[in-house]
Amino acid sequence: MKEYRTINKVSGPLVFAEVDEAIGYDEIVEIETPAGEVKRGQVLESTDRFVAIQVFEGTEGIDRQCTVRFLGETMKMDVTEDLLGRVLDGSGRPIDGGPEIVPEERRDIVGAALNPHAREYPAEFIQTGVSGIDGMNTLVRGQKLPLFSGSGLPHNALALQIARQATVPEEDEAEGESTEFAVVFAAMGITAEEANDFIDDFERTGALERSVVFMNLADDPSVERTVTPRLALTTAEYLAFEKGYHMLVILTDMTNYCEALREIGAAREEVPGRRGYPGYMYTDLAMLYERAGRIQGQEGSITQIPILTMPGDDDTHPIPDLTGYITEGQIYVDRDLDSKGVEPPINVLPSLSRLMDEGIGEGLTREDHKGVSDQLYAAYAEGEDLRALVNIVGREALDERDNRYLDFAERFETEFIQQGYDTNRTIEDTLDIAWELLSMLPKDELHRIDEEHIETYYVEDAAETVGAEAD
Amino acid sequence: MSQATQTEAVREDGTITGVSGPVVTAVGLEARMNDVVYVGDEGLMGEVIEIEGDETTIQVYEETSGVGPGEPVENTGNPLTVDLGPGMLDSIYDGVQRPLDVLETIMGSFLDRGVDAPGIDLEKEWEFTPTVEVGDEVGPGEVVGTVPETESIDHKVMVPPTFDEGIVAEVNDGAYTVDDPVVVLESGEEITMRQEWPVRRARPTADKHSPIVPLVTGQRIQDGLFPIAKGGTAAIPGPFGSGKTVTQQSLAKFADADIVVYIGCGERGNEMTEVIEDFPELPDPQTGNPLMSRTCLIANTSNMPVAARESCVYTGITIAEYYRDMGYDVALMADSTSRWAEAMREISSRLEEMPGEEGYPAYLSARLSQFYERAGLFTLLNGEQGSISVVGAVSPPGGDFSEPVTQNTLRIVKTFWALDSDLAERRHFPAINWDESYSLYKSQLDPWFVENVAEDYPELRQWAVDILDEEGELQEIVQLVGKDALPEDQQLTLEVARFVREAWLQQNALHDVDRYCPPEKTYAILQAIQTYHDEAFAALDAGVPVEDIRDASAPPRLNRIGTTEDYEPFIEKLVDDMTEELRGLY
Repeated sequence: MKEYRTINKVSGPLVFAEVDEAIGYDEIVEIETPAGEVKRGQVLESTDRFVAIQVFEGTEGIDRQCTVRFLGETMKMDVTEDLLGRVLDGSGRPIDGGPEIVPEERRDIVGAALNPHAREYPAEFIQTGVSGIDGMNTLVRGQKLPLFSGSGLPHNALALQIARQATVPEEDEAEGESTEFAVVFAAMGITAEEANDFIDDFERTGALERSVVFMNLADDPSVERTVTPRLALTTAEYLAFEKGYHMLVILTDMTNYCEALREIGAAREEVPGRRGYPGYMYTDLAMLYERAGRIQGQEGSITQIPILTMPGDDDTHPIPDLTGYITEGQIYVDRDLDSKGVEPPINVLPSLSRLMDEGIGEGLTREDHKGVSDQLYAAYAEGEDLRALVNIVGREALDERDNRYLDFAERFETEFIQQGYDTNRTIEDTLDIAWELLSMLPKDELHRIDEEHIETYYVEDAAETVGAEAD
Repeated sequence: MSQATQTEAVREDGTITGVSGPVVTAVGLEARMNDVVYVGDEGLMGEVIEIEGDETTIQVYEETSGVGPGEPVENTGNPLTVDLGPGMLDSIYDGVQRPLDVLETIMGSFLDRGVDAPGIDLEKEWEFTPTVEVGDEVGPGEVVGTVPETESIDHKVMVPPTFDEGIVAEVNDGAYTVDDPVVVLESGEEITMRQEWPVRRARPTADKHSPIVPLVTGQRIQDGLFPIAKGGTAAIPGPFGSGKTVTQQSLAKFADADIVVYIGCGERGNEMTEVIEDFPELPDPQTGNPLMSRTCLIANTSNMPVAARESCVYTGITIAEYYRDMGYDVALMADSTSRWAEAMREISSRLEEMPGEEGYPAYLSARLSQFYERAGLFTLLNGEQGSISVVGAVSPPGGDFSEPVTQNTLRIVKTFWALDSDLAERRHFPAINWDESYSLYKSQLDPWFVENVAEDYPELRQWAVDILDEEGELQEIVQLVGKDALPEDQQLTLEVARFVREAWLQQNALHDVDRYCPPEKTYAILQAIQTYHDEAFAALDAGVPVEDIRDASAPPRLNRIGTTEDYEPFIEKLVDDMTEELRGLY
């Protein structure tokens, strides 16, 4: 292995060095400072004269005297089933004081694209025990469903609740514990305190044993954040498609990841896209998110829950915007509901699960699920509209029908969405609560629901006066 | 092989000097613009996009990790071409026409690099039935025989457009592979079932016309309010979650085109999987055969290499043109053209070109118009007619339609279906906003609707538009003073408009019956709502309070027509009941 002492430029996270041999694009580099410290990096651009290296651990301390070694391979992750239960740093090195990791395989972290022809369409309902998700925006195995949140909102509590409660109910009885999820948790630039909350909760519930934790904290080098999710997903792919685990991958916080991308883009003096983020951010994010899914004839699956905090709660910001175009829906964590004390504060109106329709209905959840969910949406949206109106004209100016919708919207928030972070509701519970609320409305207003389902589930005495019999 | 390759000598190979993502530079490569080259030891497929002195810039269609300077580059001397011939239907390709099912058998579930596979099966034998005889004179584009490609479609074998007119010297009836000559001309030129064509060049036609026949979509808001013509262009812009893909897929499923080319450009892998799983199961509403037998899929998902995303729309439209040349009506869906534009932007910024608006290259508008101009109703070289309708989805960042891709697209397309996140949030699907959308084909297509659906089709449509417009204005007042403060007639108008929205515009793409609505049914539902309108206002004029009219029990059944299969007797009974009930009030 040839060593170079030819660094001629250091700029932000980038180091430029002259070379006289061919260096592969994306290859891993070690830079040794005169003090003996070794930093790792990756080739971002390779020409026959120089290479541009992105240094993961930050460039402080690097000078022109440093030694540069090219390892001749692209970045790999050591994977083994024994990673379960381990805590690693953002570059994949153990930091829990446990034994050395003996790899069974070394895998390229970039990850090849899954052939769409080999995919299996996700259709297995995951019961998260959260009504706002199960009832309205159902998650299925192999989906990627991000939490769109804001600073100071309880997205972590919600993510933990999902990680704790997620099961695939039908197989529960038949196969016992086999449907439990193994968790890969990748922290990117979150605070130590937030990270501790996750670890403590994993330890308390015993979930740590079936988790792999990657930690890049707020004070760790930002550039490292660009590899952390790739290491995490490579591990998840190995466990899912080699070892047959059902993986739940939590990536938090994607906003920090994107900031790191921008930092590198700026250092390379690239032409920026919107708000200074690189033009290739869509592709880059897709290379992460698209690593969720199922493969035909394979046991395991990867379900992804990325978390991102929207700067200024603005979902047109490039990070949530590009994410929403790639992921299969999104769950909004809402500031108003949070201040009302609703736990979890999920705003269902802008939330969406694109894979919901395949995963619900007769034999999967319950035959009335689709209609009930559509009806709840329509009724809640109408109630929300009326709230705006009430502020202007007052409640007295509304007719009886409108007042019912107002009451419905209120109860929807306080009874259906509100449940607390420790309540685990079955899908039956969720739908039954939904029917109690829907029965506040006259039967002939429920035209999103099949009539036979109305006959079966409508709670007759909930509404004081019901209009003419619908036939 | 096409003649071009035989006359050209193999060119000198070059050497890589730099790699940055999908962009590779090389020296010593004597290539022309847009030549296809093989890059590096693994032979990754790429295309020449810039030449400066001895230095050539190449965009590579595959992941370039590990490729380094010094590795070789081989020039094929050919531009990016597609193989055209039987077997393209019922297939799924990536952006450079590699069949994904074949790739799966070669390299497993994940897409590896450096593997090539021909776009059509070169081994398979097809049953060729000639339609010409020895001694016939044939010209370019003329059909010389047919091949049963799928249950629905007879593939027509044509004289390539590059050939001269000639006399048929030999005709071979029977089973042949795509490279065997099936017809030989006196000049010695051999016609096979396979043609190659460079994707960036439109296939020639004789003439282009204004389209006059609608592409019936089976979607009420589209057929009813904003129709598109066979040979027309349409754009579907919308923020994420507003139902672009569902709308595109409904079109691909139910539009009455002969052939559908569906391009998944930079979108989700699972969405393509859904199409692959659904289409073989679903029947074509026109023929009853599986939808897949008229469909060609091109899937270049968002995580597949970006340069191949740039080429996939060209691959798709070239395949569409080939079927058009056979005289078919082809519909092409591109989901999403924004991803295609972003791929252009990404390549452009790696070339350090001077950016135009929002970082997009200055040639964005030119590329978009070139693409959409390949749509149209054509007279073909052989005198027949064929058409390509293009529907492009647009994904504007933040749902803001003022961004460059939406704006440049709107300057070209004549139908605009604007998706609206407000409607999507209240689960009003398809979430096409009736105020913002338009179709410039209406007047061209009205004669067809009058002749084939109903004489007062244009008038009834205008009535619906007027009601919706009036509702829009009234809603603004309602926001200020509440509904009860409105005069009774206006309250009743709101009620009618609600039925127009909920019973007519809304359509459930997942309901077995409602997902496809023939134009006759579209007309009948609206007519029933108009009857309600007339009867309700008659009752109001006779002094019946608006509350009583609103409380009538029959009219809400209007909402169930869409999901009723045998709708004619249902409407008949409903209209009788409504009339009786409302007239009973006075």
